[in-house]
Amino acid sequence: MKKLLSGNEALALGAYHAGVVVASAYPGTPSTEILETMAGFDDVYAEWSTNEQVAMEVGLGAAYTGVRSLVSMKQVGLNVASDAFMAASTTGINGGMVVICADDPGIHSSQDEQDNRHYAVLAKVPMLEPSDSQEAYNLMEHAFDISERFDTPVLVHTTTRISHSRSVVVTERERAVPARQPAFKHNMEKYVLLPTSARLRRPVMEERLTRLAEYAETFPFNQIRAGSRSLGIISSGVAYQYAREIFPGASFLKLTMTYPLPQRMIRGFATQVDRVLVIEELDPFLEQNIKAMGIEVIGKEFIPRVGELNPSIVEEAAHRAGLIAVRPSLPVVDVAAELPRRPPLLCAGCPHMGIFFVLSAIGQRAKLPQSKDKSPRLPKLVIAGDIGCYTLAAYPPFRAVDTCGCMGASIGQALGMEKAGIESSQIVAVIGDSTFMHAGISGLVNAVYNQGKITVIILDNRTTAMTGHQGHPGTGISARGEMATEVELERLVRGIGVNDVKVVNAFDLKALRSSVKKSLASPELSVIIVRGDCPILTRARSEPRAIDRDKCDQCGTCLLIGCQAIQREAAGVYIDDALCVGRSCTICEQVCPKRAIGPLSSVNTGASR
Amino acid sequence: MKKQDLLMVGVGGQGVVLASNILSEAALADGYDVKKTDTLGMAQRGGSVISHVRLADKVFSPLIKAGEVDIIVAFEKLEAARWSHYLRPGALAIINNLSLPPLSVSQGFDKYPSDSEVAGIIKRRTDNIHLIDGSRCEAELGSARLLNSFMLGYISLFLPIKVQTLRDIISQRMPPRIRQINLDAFDRGRKEVPGHAADELPGSPEQIPGS
Repeated sequence: MKKLLSGNEALALGAYHAGVVVASAYPGTPSTEILETMAGFDDVYAEWSTNEQVAMEVGLGAAYTGVRSLVSMKQVGLNVASDAFMAASTTGINGGMVVICADDPGIHSSQDEQDNRHYAVLAKVPMLEPSDSQEAYNLMEHAFDISERFDTPVLVHTTTRISHSRSVVVTERERAVPARQPAFKHNMEKYVLLPTSARLRRPVMEERLTRLAEYAETFPFNQIRAGSRSLGIISSGVAYQYAREIFPGASFLKLTMTYPLPQRMIRGFATQVDRVLVIEELDPFLEQNIKAMGIEVIGKEFIPRVGELNPSIVEEAAHRAGLIAVRPSLPVVDVAAELPRRPPLLCAGCPHMGIFFVLSAIGQRAKLPQSKDKSPRLPKLVIAGDIGCYTLAAYPPFRAVDTCGCMGASIGQALGMEKAGIESSQIVAVIGDSTFMHAGISGLVNAVYNQGKITVIILDNRTTAMTGHQGHPGTGISARGEMATEVELERLVRGIGVNDVKVVNAFDLKALRSSVKKSLASPELSVIIVRGDCPILTRARSEPRAIDRDKCDQCGTCLLIGCQAIQREAAGVYIDDALCVGRSCTICEQVCPKRAIGPLSSVNTGASR
Repeated sequence: MKKQDLLMVGVGGQGVVLASNILSEAALADGYDVKKTDTLGMAQRGGSVISHVRLADKVFSPLIKAGEVDIIVAFEKLEAARWSHYLRPGALAIINNLSLPPLSVSQGFDKYPSDSEVAGIIKRRTDNIHLIDGSRCEAELGSARLLNSFMLGYISLFLPIKVQTLRDIISQRMPPRIRQINLDAFDRGRKEVPGHAADELPGSPEQIPGS
């Protein structure tokens, strides 16, 4: 079979063919499609776990029974799962266990740019890095073999550009019949990490690394490609592809197992060429390890540490390093600076628009575009934010998110502000339903226990929207799209001990405003569950709204809800009827001071546009 | 086989990613090595979307070097200007004559570039501009979601990929309910006569402030 697959699809197919029985993940760009692909196979158990640590534990538990398991996450997900990951490395596994982490150089859709290759060193586990979809597919079989042969989880490290690029994959295998029946064998010295056992595991881990380093010398995907003797390039991942393009004549050492490194191979390669250049994305991971072997190389003095590489950047660096004679033929002038930006936006009909309009208004964050009042208004409220589509409310017109750090951070941060002395009537935490399930629950438990008085707003759009609408415990829908037991948010929050709990319709502005005001004034911890379906998921559409030209006085208030469907041109403000979702939203109708907005058929839209 | 580096750009929700997937699969079916990659940002809808599509005997990097794109296929005019620095001199620029103003423009903080400004920016690289009208095709066929098939039809006039291959892949990828209308839009794209760039985008680099 020959077809175009994304890196993520190829990793999943490779794992499937390698006989994986259990797959677990929490969605996160750029890793999401790995589990989505696994969920499409009938003979695999695939789940969205509540967070990455749980996913890691599920994968480890399955591996303990002797079957093969796959755990996948984005780079910051491995931070969340790191505790379980360290435990997995320490106990070792039984059935093969592969952990895929997808880094995001360039921060396309993340809160940071961390180089997760360091986790392989920290956890003392082997690491493999594919450089295209074919390799991603091929590597999985080896990854599971290595895992079982060396009794260790294997880290497969990918990046946005590998995970989200499509390239040709030829497959010659079919799914391997899972070799073992699940059975757990008691072994206290291996699986029970009391200090007495954990101490026993330490030398085992070190000895494992020594054997892995020896194995790396013969690993078939670490390859030397002989070319010119004047320049030798050591590279891995997608950077290898850029290097091949910019240096067609050079010698290459392509590393695919990048921890532990094949030291003899690297030494041998270095002696065959006059000069060694290391090309890698983000940190000088290979470079420092190779330098520590006493080999002279150049690298990060020319190749940027920050951001995603691309062929132009590598070419520019090669020119600066004096490795290619000619400057790139065309000056790369980025015209974007002179053009209006197109930042990501909330969608038309988004259930977050109403609540952030209310927070923006109460918090004095927005002004009408043509407002004569130029004096700065001091914003009221501190709005601790979290990770999700709603983080976009930090942009104009709302400007109503003041912090965003990591999953579940909002509630803890908000409580910290209260304890530091900010009035609780001025503090709001906003967190999405999936994020609340992921890491918000413990923050809310903490706020209850420590007598917090803040207002927590849970934005319940009934899905994990930003990553592409995956289910979570609050949706009652499994990764395979089947019915599951729904963890009811309201009962959960009450069960934790919050007494003041309100559930409000996300598209009812009046109710939103009054409940936020009441909660802010309330002397106790309050939770508002703002509930409204994500329109991209439900695809619910009805007669679009329109603006009555006779009534509209061009005040611009409707532009403050940040709806993509509401646009302004020379002739005035209008609603794009291809984008408007209609009856299910009507936030614009509710904010219009002139009552100039209504169903398309009921208003005079003026001249035909 | 002739190498072709294409950049397909537009706004989230316009169907750029689906169109570039269909194009890539057709190129594979016709025997090319193919790599394609998308840059989407974090929004479900409304942000800039860029797909790099590379066809050749052997492709290494999924990303095209700035200054080496052979064909840009822009679903929207501002996005055509935004990515024009990727074009090689004399590249083919296929631009859908549609303006989708970003929110900053609707709110009055920014100005959407005029047609002559857009043309001026693109003409720094190439005069080979084809302005086509996807909205008219959608109006004629009575559906607002046909831009990707229409654009594929038009670019098929310039690519070494068999028309039948593209039609087959469109048929495979589109659900039955909208299959025929997408094939119609594809055929409509093949019949599209471009507006003469010199008439409809009368810009020159001198007219752009700061250029």
